[in-house]
Amino acid sequence: MAKKVGFIQGNEAAAYGALYAGCRFFAGYPITPSTEVAEVMSVELPKVGGKFIQMEDEIGAMSAIIGASLAGAKSLTSTSGPGLSLKQELIGYACITEVPCVVVNVMRGGPSTGMPTGPSQSDIMCAKWGTHGDHAAITLVPASVQEVFEETVRAFNLAEKYRMPVLIMPDEIVGHMRERIEFPDPGDIEVIDRTPPGVPPGEYRPYDTSFGDVPPLASFGSGYRFHVTGLNKMQDGFPTTKAAVVQAEEERQLRKVEANRDDIMRWEEYLVDDADVVIVAFGSTSRSARYAVNEARKEGIKAGLFRLITFWPFPEERLLEISKSVKAFITPEMSLGQCNGVVRGCVEGNAPVHGIYHVDGEPVNPGEILGKIKEVK
Amino acid sequence: MAFDYEKYIRPGKLPHIWCPGCGHGIVMKGLIRAIDTLKLEKDKTCIVSGIGCASRLPGYMDCCTLHTAHGRGVAFATGIKMARPEMTVFCVGGDGDGVAIGGNHFIHACRRNIDMTYILMNNHIYGMTGGQFSPATPTGAKASTTPYGNPDPPFDIAKLAIGAGATFVARGTAYHAVQIDKLIVEAVRHKGFSVVEILDDCPTTYGRRNKFKSVIEMMNHLKEIAVPVKAAEKMAPELLQGKILTGVLFKEEKPEYCEQYQKVIERAQGGIK
Repeated sequence: MAKKVGFIQGNEAAAYGALYAGCRFFAGYPITPSTEVAEVMSVELPKVGGKFIQMEDEIGAMSAIIGASLAGAKSLTSTSGPGLSLKQELIGYACITEVPCVVVNVMRGGPSTGMPTGPSQSDIMCAKWGTHGDHAAITLVPASVQEVFEETVRAFNLAEKYRMPVLIMPDEIVGHMRERIEFPDPGDIEVIDRTPPGVPPGEYRPYDTSFGDVPPLASFGSGYRFHVTGLNKMQDGFPTTKAAVVQAEEERQLRKVEANRDDIMRWEEYLVDDADVVIVAFGSTSRSARYAVNEARKEGIKAGLFRLITFWPFPEERLLEISKSVKAFITPEMSLGQCNGVVRGCVEGNAPVHGIYHVDGEPVNPGEILGKIKEVK
Repeated sequence: MAFDYEKYIRPGKLPHIWCPGCGHGIVMKGLIRAIDTLKLEKDKTCIVSGIGCASRLPGYMDCCTLHTAHGRGVAFATGIKMARPEMTVFCVGGDGDGVAIGGNHFIHACRRNIDMTYILMNNHIYGMTGGQFSPATPTGAKASTTPYGNPDPPFDIAKLAIGAGATFVARGTAYHAVQIDKLIVEAVRHKGFSVVEILDDCPTTYGRRNKFKSVIEMMNHLKEIAVPVKAAEKMAPELLQGKILTGVLFKEEKPEYCEQYQKVIERAQGGIK
C-alpha cells in the first residue's frame, strides 16, 4: 500500500517523528524559529492521550520533561539558541542522572538574541560543551524534512537506549523548509524503549553496572522506589564523594557513547572515494555542497561530499582515513568555523581544511562552494 | 506506643546532614506523620526538591524521590504529576530555592493549580552556602552578604502564593511541631496547588549573626511571633504588630490542572470544537 505523504516543514516533521517514536509528553516555551514543533505537539499529543504543557520558561520546560521521563513518559522539548543556553544546566542534570529525553534545537543566529529568524549552524559546540563538567553528547543534524522525521525517531531511540539526553538540531532553513515527506508506517522504523528492571523492587539500583554501562531504568509510580540526584552518586543513586566511585561513574557515562560510536554515528559519503577535494557539511549547507560537487564533477574536478548526519560523536576515524588521500577539505558552514575546527582536529595536518563561513543570516550558496573547490583543487 | 518514624525512612540513610538545632528534621517528622495519617502508599508518593539544606530531605524518605537542580523542584514535579496524575506529589525546599531562583516556577505552579503539596521551609537564609541573605530575610538582618544589615524587604511567601493563585495556603512553625502534620494532611487532601510554609530556624548561619544566643531562643522567638489565624481575628491590630499568622490562611476550590488537561484530551479526541 502506498505510504501516506505530506508536504510539511522540518519543524512539523520533528513533532510527527517524536509521536512515531512514542513521545507522550512535551514541555516547551515559545521561541523562534522552533515554535511549530510545540504547536503541532499541542494539537497531536492529547489525541493520543499524551500531555502537552507550555511552561513558564525554558528551564522549567527542560525540568518538566526530565520529571515526566522519570515517571515513564517519553519526553520532548523544543527550543532555539537562547533557549538552548538556558536549558544547559538541566541538560547536564539529565546527563548525570541518566534520564532519556530529546531536545529539538532549531539553530538560529547568535550569540544572545542574535538573528531570531536567520539560519545558523553555530550551536554545534554549545551542543557538545554547553553544560558544565565532563559529559557525553549525542547531536543529530538532519538535512531534509524526511530526515528530520527519521532522525527524531532515532534521537528517541538513542536517548532510550543509552539513558541520556539527545539533541536534534536542524538549522532554521531545514526547520522551516517545506518538502514532500513519506510517513513511515508503524513498524517501518524500529522504536526502542528503555530497558525496565528485571529485578524485584527491593533489589533495584538505578545505576547498577552489573547490567552493563547502561543500567535498566525504572519509572516512578511503577512499584520501584529509588532516589535520583544531580550529585555524584553511587550505584544505588545516593550521593557520594568517594573518589574511586565518582571517577568510575563519570568514566562510565562517557563510555556509554564512546564505546558505541559505531551505533550512534551516521554520515553519508557522496563521490568521496576518488575525490581530491572533500566538502564536510551538514544540514541545509550540505544541500548547497551536493549541488557544488555535481557542478565540479561536470567540469572534471574530483569533488566529493562527506555529509554529517550525527555531529556528536564526530566520525573522526573515517575523516582521518579520507585525509590521507585528498588534497583538501572544505567546510562550508553557517558559523565562524566551529565545524572547521573539529575537522582540523581529526585530520592531523594531512590535508588543509578550508572554511566558508556565513553568520550573516544568508545560506552558503553552491556558487561560493564551487568557487572554493576550484581554488583549492 | 511511640510513633514509628523509621517505617518511612530509608534504612542506612541517617544521620541527616542538618546541624544540631535545625528545624528541618521537625518538618520531616511532620511530613512522615502526615503520610502515615493519609495512609499514602510509598510507591505512589513522590517527593521532589531543589537544592539547599531543606532539599536534602527526599533522600532520607523511603518513597520515589528526586533531588533536582536549584529552584527547579516544582517544574520537575509538574512533569511527574502530569505524566502520573495518580501519584501524590510533594515538593520540598527552602526559601532561597523556592522564591528566589525558583520563584518563576513557584508562581506558575500556583497559577495552574496543579495538584501537589509544596512544603517550604523558610529559615530566612541560604544555609548550605554559609548564610547569605534570601528573599525571605527580614530587612535589617545580618547575613554573610549583608554585613551592614539587609537593605532588601522580604517576601510574604503566603501572600505571594495566594496572589499567584494557589488554592490552599497554610503557615506553621518548627516550634509548633504538632501542627505541622495537620497542615500537611489538609494540604494533601485539598485538590490543587497547596503551599505549606513552615517558619524554621537556622541557628548556624542566621541565629548566631542575629543575636540569638541559642536554639531555644530561636524556637521561643517562633513561639512568640506566631498567632493562630482564628485568634488574630479577635485581636486589636496593634497587638498583631510584628506577629505572623499561622494555620490555614487561604483555601478555595478551583479547577485542578491535570483534570483540566484531561478535558483537553477529551476535546482533542472528539475533534477540536
